[in-house]
Amino acid sequence: MEKRQVTCINCPLGCTLDVEIHSDDSISVTGFQCARGEDYAKKEVLNPTRTITSTVPVLNGDVPMVSVKTSGDIPKKSIKSCMLALKDVVVEAPIYIGDIIVEHICGTDINIVATKEVKKK
Amino acid sequence: MIYKDIVIIGAGPAGLAAALSAYENGATDILILERENYLGGILNQCIHNGFGLHTFKEELTGPEYALRYIQKIEELKIEYRLNTMVIDISNTKKIIAINETDGVIIIQAKAVILAMGCRERPRGALNIPGFRPSGIYSAGTAQKYVNIDGYLPGRNIVILGSGDIGLIMARRLTLEGSHVKMVCEIMPYSGGLKRNIVQCLDDYEIPLKLSHTVTKIHGKERIEGVTIAKVDAAMKTISGTEEYVSCDTLLLSVGLIPENELSRKAGVKINPTTQGPFVSNSLETTIPGIFACGNVLHVHDLVDFVSEEAVLAAKYAIKHIKGIQKNEKSIPVYARDGIRYTVPSSIEVCEVMKMQLIRFRVSNVYENQYISVYFDFERVYHKLKRILTPGEMEQVILPKNWFDKYPAVSSINIAVEGE
Repeated sequence: MEKRQVTCINCPLGCTLDVEIHSDDSISVTGFQCARGEDYAKKEVLNPTRTITSTVPVLNGDVPMVSVKTSGDIPKKSIKSCMLALKDVVVEAPIYIGDIIVEHICGTDINIVATKEVKKK
Repeated sequence: MIYKDIVIIGAGPAGLAAALSAYENGATDILILERENYLGGILNQCIHNGFGLHTFKEELTGPEYALRYIQKIEELKIEYRLNTMVIDISNTKKIIAINETDGVIIIQAKAVILAMGCRERPRGALNIPGFRPSGIYSAGTAQKYVNIDGYLPGRNIVILGSGDIGLIMARRLTLEGSHVKMVCEIMPYSGGLKRNIVQCLDDYEIPLKLSHTVTKIHGKERIEGVTIAKVDAAMKTISGTEEYVSCDTLLLSVGLIPENELSRKAGVKINPTTQGPFVSNSLETTIPGIFACGNVLHVHDLVDFVSEEAVLAAKYAIKHIKGIQKNEKSIPVYARDGIRYTVPSSIEVCEVMKMQLIRFRVSNVYENQYISVYFDFERVYHKLKRILTPGEMEQVILPKNWFDKYPAVSSINIAVEGE
């Protein structure tokens, strides 16, 4: 049996949730004060995901960087490889909001998209 | 001299929302003055997501949130001037501004909306001993270097203060390959949102050292390290707990201060607690026709509430221009036990729309306590709160008919209390 602790982020209470993962893969959560806490703990243990935001350099733009994000959540364990995949990416102006910067990041069905407009210099 | 109905100072989230609201409520003679060379203010460097959940019911990044407003401002051809620094406002709403192309501009406004936002508390306000080496930045400055200019401020980083910008930067710099060694917070609790503690620190195993502060800065040319120490309940350092931490960069995330130099020049009275203007429920300052909204009024946690406040400020500014006379007395709103401040600090009953929103912050962490509102000595509102923290802005909503029910009320008092 594996034991984990997660902090609920649904409200400022920030309950400390104790999660037990049993040998048959079932999960029990204690320490929550509302149902949202239990759901959150299960998701955090079974399939934690995050939206990642970053910036990449722009050539010939009116500003040097364009901000980007994952078009949806990616698995938490892929955050590092996602950042590494973005390391050498450079784009050319103009860039519009929603432009795909990298397709299928880290083999997921999620794209890296621009969150800012960059005009040509 | 230029004549304008409404002049808005600042084109950040408050200024843009105010301009849009003014236009949508019938004003057309609007001018926005912005000192930077772009619209959107600080949102442009806030590339993380979490903006707009209230306003647009979706999760946007800062630049995306700003663009929603900028596009409308452009579509409606609302006039704005960039690179324009306002240097003076008089109590008669005469504005002096300067820029490179127009030189000195003098504008007479019928109403002014202050939307200058806030700035970060600097190192100088903290009295940390040591030389003044390079490598010490406020968290927002570091955010600009990374997200706008594409520079990395350092490799080994200590962050002092656990405000949201500091937490966001801890994650951002980690993702860019820097080693964020720790976040020190002098208080026994963090001033940042829970979500940011978890997703910016815990996710990357960055230690949050509560009741710790930086007591010395080492290094002469470039910062080489800091001494940190534990503090007691009175926030005095506990001798023997000092620890040296090497680093090449120190970020400060130690609070935001509304930027009210211009307001003071106009003679607007400033609330010493918020460091923003005292306003009535029409968001009007102590000078008729000068309104304030957003972080220049009081520092917000969520941009959505800034936009909401700006919409209101513009509506009342239009009412002012139309010359609707008010002759009703104003009821003071007092922050009593456990409440740091309220916005507004007075209520004119004739200006109450369907309901009256009062925003406030508590002065400490409280569990299972009640928020109570008293009309004079009569308790009209009493609500249990599982948790109250100074880092999260709270609100109460008073229906208009309560004011009808208590026509003789002479003060409104808000307090944190037990049963």
